[in-house]
Amino acid sequence: MTGYKKWAPLIAFILLGSALTYGLAKPDTTNIRSKMIGASVPSFTLPPATAGLPGLSSSELATGKPHLLNIFASWCVPCVAEAPQLKAIADAGVPVVGIAVRDRPEALARFLARNGNPFRAIGADDASQVQMAMGSSGVPESFVIDGKGRIVSQVIGPINPQDVAELVAAVKAAR
Amino acid sequence: MRWLFLALALVAAPLLADSDLPPAPLADTQLSDPKQEAQAQALMETIRCLVCQSQSIADSNAELAGDMRAMVRERIAAGERPEAIRAWLIRRYGSWVTYDPPLNRLTWLLWAAPLLFVVVGLLVARSSFRRRRA
Repeated sequence: MTGYKKWAPLIAFILLGSALTYGLAKPDTTNIRSKMIGASVPSFTLPPATAGLPGLSSSELATGKPHLLNIFASWCVPCVAEAPQLKAIADAGVPVVGIAVRDRPEALARFLARNGNPFRAIGADDASQVQMAMGSSGVPESFVIDGKGRIVSQVIGPINPQDVAELVAAVKAAR
Repeated sequence: MRWLFLALALVAAPLLADSDLPPAPLADTQLSDPKQEAQAQALMETIRCLVCQSQSIADSNAELAGDMRAMVRERIAAGERPEAIRAWLIRRYGSWVTYDPPLNRLTWLLWAAPLLFVVVGLLVARSSFRRRRA
């Protein structure tokens, strides 16, 4: 047992220890991306979330036109920051539809009155069931849905002003 | 304007904003059938909360965790098998969501490592004992 061979087990141990320590110290990913990207929107039917706007069902997302599906709530602070961007996206001709998570009709009406309403329809997801079925883990999140009702991509967190043009192009490309 | 967004983002990121809706009926209510409730409980303890990411949904107070518990109990009560519910969640959130990771191409080393270490240890021991005897 001379030379390298003697130290091999110790070196192996130190390497393993370093790898494990690195794995523990490295910050964990906090964004959980949906694994449903590429799959069809799970089938759902949600009642209207507030007066004056229709509810939302999955069949309405497969009518040949792409959509931007925004998962949001009136009690969600970043959703307020995102509102002007959603309006800009809707103004660019993209049909924007919403799913309101755990929301109340009156609270949602106040939210829309204050922040503008870019939505053509909003479904009420009172127990986060459709949110879970989409693989979404928080609000706000947005999904690009193509004309066949397939999930093309996901935006986690609020849409920033610099993302608007890209997102509009992404929805329009998702025939 | 940019600073406003930055400031908002700073405030918003760690905020577990809560709705004022009450928890879903089955979020904190046990199923009447003790056998089904035990199944649901066992599953909930091995499903990771998506909001407070180091807790199981059984331990978490997050609203989404409550909705996930309600979903688990509803499906168990409807006769669905716990492993089918776990598979449904893995389909949506990846293996990340389960504390009981499936054995696959990525994870086999977790189970094989102890055996590999024993084998390496035996080899090292054998060679060093042989040396001493000689």
